[in-house]
Amino acid sequence: MSTNTLIVLPLLIPLLAAALCLASWRSVLAQRLISLVAVLGLLAAAVALVHGIWQDGIAVLHLGNWKAPYGIVVVADLLGAIMVLLAAITATAIALYSLGSLERAPEQFGYYPLMHLLIAGVCGAFLTGDIFNLYVWFEVMLVASFALLILGGERAQMEGAIKYVTLNLVSSALFLAAIGLLYGLTGTLNMADLAVKLADHQDNPMVEVVAGLFLVAFGIKAGVFPLFFWLPASYHTPRIAVSSLFAGLLTKVGVYALFRTFSLMFPLDEFVLRPVLLAMAGATMLVGVLGAAAQFEFRRILSFHIISQIGYMVMALALFTPLALIGGIFYIIHHIIVKSNLFLVAGLTYRLGGSYELKALGGLYKRAPWLAVVFLIPAFSLAGLPPLSGFFGKFILIRAGVDAGSWALVTVALIVGLLTLYSMTKIWAEVFWKPAPSEADPGVPPPGSLMILPVAMLCVLTVAIGIGAEPVYRLSERTAAQLLDPSGYINAVLGDQP
Amino acid sequence: MKPVPEHSLILRVTGLFILPLLILFSLFLLLRGHNEPGGGFIAGLVAASAVALHMFFTSVEAARRMIAVDPRDLIGWGLLIAIASGLAPILSGRPFMEARWIEMTVPAFGLVKAGTPLLFDLGVYLVVTGTVLAILFSLAEDDVQ
Repeated sequence: MSTNTLIVLPLLIPLLAAALCLASWRSVLAQRLISLVAVLGLLAAAVALVHGIWQDGIAVLHLGNWKAPYGIVVVADLLGAIMVLLAAITATAIALYSLGSLERAPEQFGYYPLMHLLIAGVCGAFLTGDIFNLYVWFEVMLVASFALLILGGERAQMEGAIKYVTLNLVSSALFLAAIGLLYGLTGTLNMADLAVKLADHQDNPMVEVVAGLFLVAFGIKAGVFPLFFWLPASYHTPRIAVSSLFAGLLTKVGVYALFRTFSLMFPLDEFVLRPVLLAMAGATMLVGVLGAAAQFEFRRILSFHIISQIGYMVMALALFTPLALIGGIFYIIHHIIVKSNLFLVAGLTYRLGGSYELKALGGLYKRAPWLAVVFLIPAFSLAGLPPLSGFFGKFILIRAGVDAGSWALVTVALIVGLLTLYSMTKIWAEVFWKPAPSEADPGVPPPGSLMILPVAMLCVLTVAIGIGAEPVYRLSERTAAQLLDPSGYINAVLGDQP
Repeated sequence: MKPVPEHSLILRVTGLFILPLLILFSLFLLLRGHNEPGGGFIAGLVAASAVALHMFFTSVEAARRMIAVDPRDLIGWGLLIAIASGLAPILSGRPFMEARWIEMTVPAFGLVKAGTPLLFDLGVYLVVTGTVLAILFSLAEDDVQ
């Protein structure tokens, strides 16, 4: 199969899986089977896609054979393909974990179709080459995430969901307004065509307004300072598998959209918004990690750490040097895997200790030494200890910051790394070292092997990225080169047209 | 929902007349939608409103019986049909979602063009009908309890 056909598979497989799950809503067993086959298929397709793009360069599919810039194009450059692969890895881990951990009720109320719909939305957002189509995929993803968030219908979930829905709707409205203005300005929605046309509008202050709207809209989705409040208010409320899926993928779609728009359409080199982005990056890192330091609930600590980690990615984008972008992409690869994994570990801890509150947990090192190991690997990776994946991501980024002379940002990044370590040690001391507060039975069934398997897989992957940092670096290097020189992307989409 | 009082004669009589018209109208909208205003989405809404009307002058159970299938099945199968319409061109080596048409002469109709966009619209029609009805039925049943 040619790469140009292959690129439709990451959209088709989850959509088809969602449809099949809906059609067989009577049988939970059938839905489980479909889900398992679908995520494995998606994983295979994503690996093939990354390989294909690496070999043959950017792939483009003109949907329905309507040529760009009139039709909608699906484009996979290395960034898009890598993001799809990461989504597929997360989806596989979450699907396995869900099979092992979900009760009957959410399964019967459409958990699997919603999960696939969410994945379809995420993959669609990564692969589309049309700005309005990006909005549509965002909505697909959001609608599915709204439903997943309230699946179960507990009071806390509703409360979290209301904040989540409200802020995300605001973000969508801004996004839509920005698209409208952009269309009025240029008369096109194709991102490659926009990049070409916007180059003629450089003196138009409207371009800056539109870029600012995009920054706020995607900033809300990505959870950057000062727009992150919905995230810690909602991420700890749903089932842990759902939390983990959200933590791994949703905010990263916002980050991806920022990377895409601010490299292709509004290249940041000389752009006025760059200082804003730099300041946002620093504040996001710092506020996120300080928020985490103040929390004593496992999932809330992790939620705040998502925010601080997003800061590193935004920092990479804001620096906008080749090395910084390499670091940023490396960081995203590392982060998605580690973050999903930490949430899954929190789920395992809950199954063994019966609570997410650090105060109520304890003594797990004695009871389950293996859990301590699978916690320490992603936790130390998150804090950036060598030789794990997080170390290299942070190292490249900080090096890039030093090269660019952004000393303030580098200092913040280093302090945040230290505070992250503090936060992880806090969890370690409370959950594993401290003697158990009570010997009472936790009242929940212990985790089954299907819950432990994905955690172990993601741990191995984290270590592998750390040890095999060289190939991942080279992959990030080429991805960053594609981002810095969008002409390849533009030519691939528009062909030889003027 | 409170059961409709037996003496709501006007609603029942007009409903019986309007119901087939609405369903015909929804099919009409579905079929003309490719070149003229209409299409699967609006046709699906009209079809769902027809069933909703039936529900108002009879009961939820009667409305469920009328459409014979569970609305959730409509959603799933509608999605499958829509995706299949996109996949069909791939089988003949064409790009995903490219429109494929066949022309045939049907007695009494003359030349008829049918193609994958119609199939896609049919899928949308089923999904929209199914979604609206699933929401309506669950709201109505919730109210009865």
